[in-house]
Amino acid sequence: MNLYTFASPVTFYHLAGKLIPWFTWSAILLTVVGLYLSFFVAPTDFQQSEAYRIIFIHVPAAWMSMFIYLVMAFWGAIGLAFNTRLSFMMARALAPTGAIFTFIALWTGAWWGKPMWGAWWVWDARLTSELILLFLYVGIIALWAAIDDIKRGDRAGALLTLIGAINIPIIYFSVKWWNTLHQGASISLTKAPSMAKIMLIGMLVMAIAAWFYTIAVALVRVRGIILERERQSEWVKEILERET
Amino acid sequence: MEWASWSDFWSMGGYGLYVWGSYGVTALCILIEILLLRRSAGDTRRRLKRMQQWEEQ
Amino acid sequence: MHRFILAVLRRDLTLAARRRGDWLIAQFFFVMVASLFPLGVGPEPEMLARIGPGVLWVAATLASLLSLSRLFADDHHDGSLEHMVLSPEPTVLLVLGKSLAHWLIYCIPLLIIAPVLGIQFNLPWDAILVLEISLLLGTPILSLLGGVGAALTLGLRGGGVLLTLLILPLYVPALIFGAGAVDGVMAGTGAQAHLSLLGAFMVLSLMIAPWIAAAALRVSLE
Repeated sequence: MNLYTFASPVTFYHLAGKLIPWFTWSAILLTVVGLYLSFFVAPTDFQQSEAYRIIFIHVPAAWMSMFIYLVMAFWGAIGLAFNTRLSFMMARALAPTGAIFTFIALWTGAWWGKPMWGAWWVWDARLTSELILLFLYVGIIALWAAIDDIKRGDRAGALLTLIGAINIPIIYFSVKWWNTLHQGASISLTKAPSMAKIMLIGMLVMAIAAWFYTIAVALVRVRGIILERERQSEWVKEILERET
Repeated sequence: MEWASWSDFWSMGGYGLYVWGSYGVTALCILIEILLLRRSAGDTRRRLKRMQQWEEQ
Repeated sequence: MHRFILAVLRRDLTLAARRRGDWLIAQFFFVMVASLFPLGVGPEPEMLARIGPGVLWVAATLASLLSLSRLFADDHHDGSLEHMVLSPEPTVLLVLGKSLAHWLIYCIPLLIIAPVLGIQFNLPWDAILVLEISLLLGTPILSLLGGVGAALTLGLRGGGVLLTLLILPLYVPALIFGAGAVDGVMAGTGAQAHLSLLGAFMVLSLMIAPWIAAAALRVSLE
């Protein structure tokens, strides 16, 4: 099977090394284009004035935070089902970036909410689910940190990610339900105004930039993990000879 | 072009604090992640190298 | 199959009966946490009735979490856990029996104390009745999800705190539906929808959590 060659750490280490510059430069290029679109091309919103420009990072960060979690759950499931070491390493490499994007989504949500809703924080369904998502990320990272044994850590983290992934839709639904019942206590949120096409394009470009950034960072991290775990093998020794 | 001048650009129609507060912290987060990653990548290689030399002796 | 669950259950109940101290501490914790709130926010009856359902639910959650870290730990220490996992009986049933025992030992007493605290919080009788039903439906979820957390953190340093960190986010829906049911009765909108959703979440946890906990237990013992 050809697929298994890519699943072997040594092949993947070299493949990742070749891919990282591509993803890095694509991410930089797309970020520049995205920032240009969001600040110089997208027009002023007639309702929200200039403050709406925050959504060009807020929405992509929120997308990434959820997407990365799903990818981690996917790698965890693959690892548990087929016992592939590399998929566990990918899950570990993705988690910190996912947590950072979750934090960014919360932070920018607060700084957008203050001028728009008049409050830094409202217990809105999306913000609250995002906060719980951050707790899930922190829990998974803390579990990995607490377990010294690599094999046990990999599997325990994957199981926790999976049960979280099953739970996230339920959490989102319950928080939304709770939010509609308590509408009187919270500020009624204005519906997002119909977005101009250029705003949507700007957001998509930023989202793809964030995606490439995530891939680049995760590949760098997974290379470190591979070296660490394969340190007894000959090829790692050769690489260390050559690179340092 | 949306902006008449640079100061117009920085003030963001009065929402400068919020817009730059968001973008600034996002940039900071990403910068910190990259710096930490670079450092830990270097650390891992140096540590493994040292362990390897230790074994050879 | 039934016999194995019953055997696990009987064993855990006997052990709990011998160590009544642990059992009492969790119940006192529940009473104490709930009593701190009036001291913190003030004794106005309307406000206490307003926050009561949420406070009692959170306090019950924390009280049953206290004991979760030891769900498998004691058996792990004396080596009997390994025997039970290696036995031909499915590990899922072991987890199920243990979760059931935890629920009977630590959560049923909470149900008995809750009405007294409800009176202290100035809740009307129909709200107290719904509080009981919601706790009856909701606390098994904590025992089941907690089984996953206890299996994942088995034998780790600082396992108890870590367990709390892992399980509380997953428990949010139960808290929302449970406390919401009591709120619903007091607001006059009824509790049925909340209780149905809580029941559905309980059934879902019952179907999924033991399998994941069993897998986690095997991972932790390897």
